Amino acid sequence: MSSRSIEEYLEAIYRLSIEEAPVKTSRLAEYLGVAPSSVTEMIKKMSELGYVEYSPYRGVVLTESGRSIGEKITRRHRLFELFLTKVLGINRDLAHNEACEVEHSISDETEKSLCRFLGSPNTCPHGRVIPACDLDVSTCEECISLNSLEVEKVGRRRKSLVPLTWLREGSRGVIEFIRGEHKTLRRLLDMGLTPGTRISVIRTAPMNGPVEIFVRGSRLAIGKEIASNIFVSMEKRGESD
Amino acid sequence: MPSCHVDTGRNKESGKGFIRVALAGNANVGKSVLFNQLTGSHQIIGNWPGKTVDIAVGNLFFEGYKIQLIDLPGIYSFSTYSEEEVISREYIATESPDIVINVVDASVLERNLYFTLQLLEMDVPLIICLNQVDMARKKGIDVDVKALEKVLGVPVVPTVAIKGEGIYELMRKVVELYGEADRRHPVIRYDEEIERRIGILVDMIRERGIDLGYSPRFLAIKLLEGDVEIKRQIWSLDKDVARKAEALAYEIIELYDAPSYAVISSQRYKVISDIVSRVVRQVEVEKSPGDWLDILTTHRILGYVTSAGVLALLLLWTFIVGDMLSSLLENIINIFHPVEPVVTGPLWEVLLNGAIGGIVAGITLVIPYVVPFYLYLSVMEDSGIMTRVAFMIDSLMHKIGLHGKAIIPLILGYGCNVPAIYSTRIMETRRERILTAFAITLVPCSARTIVILGLVSRFLGFEWALLVYLVDILVIFTVGKMLTKIYPGESTGLIMEIHSFRVPSIKVVLRQTFYRTRSIIYLVFPLYIVGSALVQGLYSMGVLSPINSILSPITSGLMGLPDVTGILLVFGFIRKELILLLLPSVYGSLNILLFMSPLQIFVLSLVTVLYIPCISTLAILAKEFGWRDTIYISLGNLITALFVGGLTYHLISILTGII
Repeated sequence: MSSRSIEEYLEAIYRLSIEEAPVKTSRLAEYLGVAPSSVTEMIKKMSELGYVEYSPYRGVVLTESGRSIGEKITRRHRLFELFLTKVLGINRDLAHNEACEVEHSISDETEKSLCRFLGSPNTCPHGRVIPACDLDVSTCEECISLNSLEVEKVGRRRKSLVPLTWLREGSRGVIEFIRGEHKTLRRLLDMGLTPGTRISVIRTAPMNGPVEIFVRGSRLAIGKEIASNIFVSMEKRGESD
Repeated sequence: MPSCHVDTGRNKESGKGFIRVALAGNANVGKSVLFNQLTGSHQIIGNWPGKTVDIAVGNLFFEGYKIQLIDLPGIYSFSTYSEEEVISREYIATESPDIVINVVDASVLERNLYFTLQLLEMDVPLIICLNQVDMARKKGIDVDVKALEKVLGVPVVPTVAIKGEGIYELMRKVVELYGEADRRHPVIRYDEEIERRIGILVDMIRERGIDLGYSPRFLAIKLLEGDVEIKRQIWSLDKDVARKAEALAYEIIELYDAPSYAVISSQRYKVISDIVSRVVRQVEVEKSPGDWLDILTTHRILGYVTSAGVLALLLLWTFIVGDMLSSLLENIINIFHPVEPVVTGPLWEVLLNGAIGGIVAGITLVIPYVVPFYLYLSVMEDSGIMTRVAFMIDSLMHKIGLHGKAIIPLILGYGCNVPAIYSTRIMETRRERILTAFAITLVPCSARTIVILGLVSRFLGFEWALLVYLVDILVIFTVGKMLTKIYPGESTGLIMEIHSFRVPSIKVVLRQTFYRTRSIIYLVFPLYIVGSALVQGLYSMGVLSPINSILSPITSGLMGLPDVTGILLVFGFIRKELILLLLPSVYGSLNILLFMSPLQIFVLSLVTVLYIPCISTLAILAKEFGWRDTIYISLGNLITALFVGGLTYHLISILTGII
């Protein structure tokens, strides 16, 4: 079992669990184009390695370490895809295939430089959200203002982050990272969405509409695009001040 | 920058007994309600964030003092995000009012205090008006006024502005504070590293004698935050200070691994959380009826139903009430002075008839529709329903490069395009303003509504009139979508505060309707009158006669309309409803069906809706965006109208041919 195929699996589970978690093994087999029996076998091994939690009939859930790998591979995939289409003008299908190869082999430094070069992009060429990086920063400007290219100096974020738009109605989170340009960022800070602030999602409008959140005693409607660039760490139930 | 061109009477009446008071605070905290309660003067207010762009001034007399109130725009911060923020900041700096009343929403204290802290940094004589304490109590929020006073070091007066509660005490405090000599506030402190750097800059600013009207501390903080406007001013005044500030700001970046403004905002909010935890007591309360309304208006299906219902009802109400009022007023005016659409005779008589025609049309055709329209809209805005509509419709507006907030200017367009275009100021970027303005020019205002009702609804039936509206909405979205491609650029997203529902105040609604209507009379009537006289004069001199034949290839060739519509469309440029009013006199009969086919009637009304902004709209477009963009918008309208008109004509001709 190569690390590469583990990464492939984790990436697939990561993407599928956005739609529905736990992920059914049959769905996973369909997505990866392999036999259900080999999926089950693989999942069991990955479960032993601590990447996933598997319960027969229900499906697969990523553990913290599995999630961070799946997220990172997805991020690299989408960044590279964007680079190929936007900068080199390669068509989307080819870009997707190439990205599937490269995503396993690029370094943290390359990932970071790619992100900077592309201007901290929000979405891949297919319009899917690029996950946040795992550097310990709370805005993109922080990353840009750092001179060294060495990722280790910046430090790693311990928590896994999700965009605000993924939060269900009624769930809570803590703002950790805001991606995007200066003006919007400033506005959000002024409205009280500073890193470390607790928020809760009141509701989401249908058809890719805005998210209404509760923050610092006020209610704010935030458009989908902006909201998908606000990354939060989820608060576990029962956790309080 | 359109700075504060308000005559504050500073030079005329300074001295004893005259107090100049500025009202400042977040949008929708009841600032305008307070202003109205105190002065009874004009002010547009509503449950809509950031509406007040112009600065309103009013006077009152209190205990022998003459108090002048200045209502500043509702803003969330003193950064340079919007024009309103710059205007407010510069007003306080350059006009230095005697007292600033910071109106604060007690139920959203934490977010509101962010602005309060910046006012404290400006070191202005400050009073906090803790408004809507009743709403806060309903939400289970109890603010300890004495404790808040102590921690902020300024007077805090709890009020319920809408009911007039606490207003007397507030004015008492104004007079009291006016007499006091020392108004220094205790400094709200950031952490050591930031404070040390603020200190260095403050000393330098004092030493060099730099005075922009702001306190040295405020200047220092803004410089460290990297405020573009302040930095620009300092660079031109003293390069050493500017350089030092940059170096210090950079040190903060290095130290905290974060942009300096993010560090400062975060610390400011940290101080606030601390204050709030000391002065606010929160208890759980039962759901209020507003919560149920909330669920209904933002439900994934019912939300659209209520949004559509609110808008459909608006149009229906306007049609019915407008029609009633219009015929009533027409009958009254006809008793005194029957007006012919076009007369012949001596030039002065023609001009006079044109001018009177303009006035009469304004009174009998525009006002009756606009008043009920604004009345209804004001109720919806003040209640808070419109923010929910904006929330639901945001994703749809994104398709035409706009966001939810643009719905207000668009809907206003159904009343009259002129104030609607003015209200595009609530949009964040110039591109968004122009896109919104363009969409507005395609919205049938009350004058065009009259044409649709008088022509299509009367001769073809109401369902066809409805079809005109639907086609128009389709056109707005198609053209809007195309425009985002032709005119690429920055689009901001929606960041909008959602306020609690409230029962609209009758006083507020009536006043808002009155001043919106009045603004139409000011902006539209002059051009209505002069334009009508002019075009009728030209007509009677025969200057316009060749127009029908010149335009014939377009009117009859492209769109299958009768040749006489050429001149009608020229008149329609002045007043759209003239297209309807002049038809009988052109044909010499009231039964238009004898001369025009149903298809021609349908196409003519579509073209009327789309073809060009009327002269008053053109004037406001030019004022807001300059002539170049105004010409682009007008050309865009014309091309759209010709395309839609031509397509409809040919398509239906072919279809009916087949059948």
